[in-house]
Amino acid sequence: MAIATGIETESAMEKNTIKDKAAIVGVGESKYYKRGGSPISEFGLACQAIINAAQDAGLKVTDIDGLCSFAMEQSEPSRLAGALGLPELNYCAMAWTGGGGVAAAVANAAAAVACGYAKYVAVFRALAQGQTFRFGQGTTGYGMAGLMGFTVPYGLTTPAQKIAMRVRRYMHEHNVTQDALAAVAMASYHHAQFNPRAVMYGRPLTREAYDQSRWIVEPFHLYDCCMENDGAAAVIVTTAERARDLKQKPAYIMAAAQGSDYRDIHDSGNVPDFSSANYKHLARHLYEMAGIEPKDVDVVQSYDHFSGGVVITLAEHGFCHPDELNQFCTLENLTWPNGKLPLNTAGGNLAECYVIGMQLVNEAARQIRGDSTCQVKDAEISMMISGSVTTPTSNLILHG
Amino acid sequence: MATSESAYYLPEVLPPAGPAPDGRDKEFWEALNRHKIVVQRCNACGNLQMEPEWLCHKCYSFDRGWQEVPGKGRIYSWVRIWHPIPPALKDSCPFLVVLVELADANGLRIVGNLLGDPNQEVQIGTPVEAVFEDHKQRNYTLLQWRQVK
Ligand SMILES: [Zn+2]
Repeated sequence: MAIATGIETESAMEKNTIKDKAAIVGVGESKYYKRGGSPISEFGLACQAIINAAQDAGLKVTDIDGLCSFAMEQSEPSRLAGALGLPELNYCAMAWTGGGGVAAAVANAAAAVACGYAKYVAVFRALAQGQTFRFGQGTTGYGMAGLMGFTVPYGLTTPAQKIAMRVRRYMHEHNVTQDALAAVAMASYHHAQFNPRAVMYGRPLTREAYDQSRWIVEPFHLYDCCMENDGAAAVIVTTAERARDLKQKPAYIMAAAQGSDYRDIHDSGNVPDFSSANYKHLARHLYEMAGIEPKDVDVVQSYDHFSGGVVITLAEHGFCHPDELNQFCTLENLTWPNGKLPLNTAGGNLAECYVIGMQLVNEAARQIRGDSTCQVKDAEISMMISGSVTTPTSNLILHG
Repeated sequence: MATSESAYYLPEVLPPAGPAPDGRDKEFWEALNRHKIVVQRCNACGNLQMEPEWLCHKCYSFDRGWQEVPGKGRIYSWVRIWHPIPPALKDSCPFLVVLVELADANGLRIVGNLLGDPNQEVQIGTPVEAVFEDHKQRNYTLLQWRQVK
């Protein structure tokens, strides 16, 4: 009997996955602006993105009965449900952390619909950095509890500076050059030139301009750091069964994962695996759940708040060995239409819009649907990776 | 050490340093005021850990002790900051922040500024020694570093 119980448990574990149980069925955005450019409030932008995502899905806004977000989203669910006149709010959840929470918010929505808590969950993020909180301004403005006391008094205050510290160490250990960082930045700008939604549409970036741009914090130039913007993005998640009857081709959630590596504590200088992007075990879990290998991935959106974090992230997801990053991270390899691994194909945080990465989910789904402005030919497997060197963080894989 | 503003690596435009509100690192900051560096040492299992926490992450004992370590280490990583955040640091840029691996502390690390020319060449692995920067008016001491000649 003990053996039989064991088999049952193993079988139950195998079934215990979100794989193919939920799908993204609609994507929507507000107009994207430079910071301070939005004529309407951050809350209004959130509503626009959600309304547009519902329309894209062929649903009524009032079909939405769940709301998920991340990164301390300010447009809270009861105000949204009220403003949108939702007849029933059946589920709402916030994923911990900042840019590490993007895929986790989608995963929460997928779990909610798979478990029957809600039928149609809007996953969204709005940001109007001219109106509320500027992430890039760091932590000096609102106290210094705990770990901040070990960094802020020395002027180490912003995400750019703290992530640069980890990237610098990684570059030292694996002989990664500035060229790899430049390629990531230029790939985002390259793709933005095809995307009329992108804030940097019509503003191409040359290598000369990259090299001549000022340092923010070595080894990050200005163009290695994301923009500050006003905008909102949203997707609608429902069950695979419901997805089949809707207007758009579903982007099925093939795998999702959230978490951190051993004692990887954001802001700590004592992370045991300091020179990492915090994806070593998450990437393994993600591939195991999806049942695929890195070579099967057709296109990647990787949260580019800072180019250097993306470089490490690509290696931790097995796209190349850490010691081969200089050869792998070239503009040719990372760009549509001919690159080996097209990266941030709508322009990313660097050049489309910084909606704390939510817009990367929209683009990952578009690649499966076939309506990206840099559509990868026959894309079947589309990966989205949240904030690197952020804890906890998350990632997901979509397929057609 | 002089207490005039010019003696500080960065002007006092940042929030004052000192213990976390819940007091978990009080002994560390008190030691710095005496120009000593201590790291958390578990009285139950001897594990060294930083930054301080209420319990030992190896054995979960709340019986915490503190071990003095020498004011020596090596540069584990570093950044040179050019863009002033907050803007009041404008006249202080560029400046150097180093992550130092403390000597005789089981690989524990701590952040500080690297004193001297902000444009000096910095290399991972370089030995550094501690300099205690007293902020007497604000009642705390910062732990700074300089390259060993
Ligand atoms: Zn212990």
